[in-house]
Amino acid sequence: MSDEIIRRDPRAEWIARNRLHPLHDAMQQAGAAETRGPSGLIRRNPHAVGFIGPNGIKRIDRMNGNGPAVGGRRSAGAAKEVELPLHKVENPDYYVVVVPDMVGGRLSGHDRDVIGQAHKLIREGEGAGAVLAVVFGEHREEAFDKAGVDRLLNITGEAFEGYTPELRVAALEQVEKEYAPKYWLLPDSVAAGFELGCRLAARIGERPATQAWQVSSEEAICRGAGGTTDITRKTPRLMLLAEECAEPIDETRHEVLPVELEASVSVQAVIQDCGQVAVDPNAIPLGEAEFILSAGNGVTDWNQFHQAAEALGATEGASRVAVDDGNMPRFRQVGATGTWVTARVYVAVGISGAVQHLQGIGQCDKVIAINTDVGCDMVKRAALSCIADSGEVMAELIRLANAYRQEVVENAA
Amino acid sequence: MQPDKQNANLRIAALVSVGKHPGSGRARRAEQDARAVEMGLAMAPQGLEVLHAGDPHAEALRAYAGMGLKKIRILQQGENADAVPALSQYLGESKPDIVLTGVRAESGESSGMMAYLLGEKLGMPVVTRIAEIVSIDNGQANLLQALPRGQRRALRVPLPFVASVDMAAAAPRQSAFGPASRAEMEAKKADVEVRDEVQASWSEAPARKRPKRLKVVKAKTAADRFKAATAKSSGDGGKVLRDKPASEMAQAVFDLLLEEGVIR
Repeated sequence: MSDEIIRRDPRAEWIARNRLHPLHDAMQQAGAAETRGPSGLIRRNPHAVGFIGPNGIKRIDRMNGNGPAVGGRRSAGAAKEVELPLHKVENPDYYVVVVPDMVGGRLSGHDRDVIGQAHKLIREGEGAGAVLAVVFGEHREEAFDKAGVDRLLNITGEAFEGYTPELRVAALEQVEKEYAPKYWLLPDSVAAGFELGCRLAARIGERPATQAWQVSSEEAICRGAGGTTDITRKTPRLMLLAEECAEPIDETRHEVLPVELEASVSVQAVIQDCGQVAVDPNAIPLGEAEFILSAGNGVTDWNQFHQAAEALGATEGASRVAVDDGNMPRFRQVGATGTWVTARVYVAVGISGAVQHLQGIGQCDKVIAINTDVGCDMVKRAALSCIADSGEVMAELIRLANAYRQEVVENAA
Repeated sequence: MQPDKQNANLRIAALVSVGKHPGSGRARRAEQDARAVEMGLAMAPQGLEVLHAGDPHAEALRAYAGMGLKKIRILQQGENADAVPALSQYLGESKPDIVLTGVRAESGESSGMMAYLLGEKLGMPVVTRIAEIVSIDNGQANLLQALPRGQRRALRVPLPFVASVDMAAAAPRQSAFGPASRAEMEAKKADVEVRDEVQASWSEAPARKRPKRLKVVKAKTAADRFKAATAKSSGDGGKVLRDKPASEMAQAVFDLLLEEGVIR
């Protein structure tokens, strides 16, 4: 039997039964948390559930305050953003170092996956580990905490701007010396991760697992032979991880404590970066072009269209109608039967947006439509639409682009 | 690019491997290595040495020879031997000006580490993913590096250096059967043969299909789950400009293009 004797309070019970008793409401409120019946079981009072609605009718909220606000009663609670719990590592036993790509100064989806993998390795291992992210140069990321970064080592300086693989590897070598991380994780990406990871591996003499897509603290599965075989191996210290290797962090916030390198890094760089080269936009394959100006049935002046593409520096594309009519070559066709494009910015001139065409531009970020018909599907898809004659707008665009180029040249001179 | 007199004394080593067709799995010339050979033939046809470490009887090597090579030098070693010690030993003695490799092999581990390990051992700078060697002057090479989305970056490196050749480089010429069978396969036992012990402990299997990532809805209530399941993905539409002068609309479009950073 329990060592705690349950005492009945006959008076309280009597007041609870008598709803007209002056103390009834107060006692019901006080005892709302837990009421024990005579046998010691917890009793729930069904009468106490819910509240009296505006019409004097009793209402039961079965959505625990998450439903749409009624009469402003719950509006305050609904609008509040949920504060995620803070994950703290006071004195880390070891570090897992992640070197994100930071394409455009922000964490990419691939970077987040890699940080998620780092936390997975920490959870599987013993002791409290911290994820240390090494970021080179200025960054524009604001949500390191939500991505799962415990410590942030931001190495800035003019020397780190641009393409400086030798200097970066020297900095990572210094990190290796000072922090002796348990794991090195880098994204296996074209952007920077693959190159940096290989250079680091060659420098510190680790044999990396490349294209690793399933990693635990015991073993790692990597793609080998150009992606046609799976290699299962013991988890090494340095890994280049494939995309979607692990789930990104989304349920916790992290501290993002800034840390510094004790020693400064300097090397005599041999590789000299002479900057990006202007490339002919029409020489870039349509599938990987960044900026596409695409023409459809609504374009009448084709010379003007080519001029506009040249002035804006855009790769040319076309809808199926334009190709079938012989105005554009077949390899310029965008859509399900042509090329599936991945452009960041896609300008559709006089294209109404057949389903096949919209499929082909499914991966584009920003679509701009120039069309005379406001009800067409392309206008619905577009982030910005101009309802006007395409010729007039293109003429204005050519003028603006030329004026902009002129201004840049004058400023440079 | 036409070979000119400046490059007459240039010595290039192109490292080739046995490739693997992604569909049929048959041995072939590896695409990136073939581009490296093509680049070497275009730069200095006289000073090009094509080098392979492994089995001298591999049929796929003939496909490189068919590109117009007189001979291919082979450092003969066993199947499980590590290619890096043998190659670095040989290259350390022959001292070429440029070492060309592919970015990643099509068979074996295909880790892409070869160029970096050689660079580290030989003490040469490593440039990755080059698309073209533009010119060589005063012991410095001007290179174009391939970036994602068809962009190029200009680099300048002093000779000698190791470079990995990207798929963006000039496509390799066809391989002809006659020259391929006439070419000399100069096989020599590698001076050092190190067995790859680490690799022996791995298990290898045909690639499994990777599971597709599911869109997990972490909703607290039934209403949120319902909303997530039924909501349109991109229903809100964008800004629509109408009944305005064309100049104003064009300005709005141009501003967006500038903001996205696609106007260079």
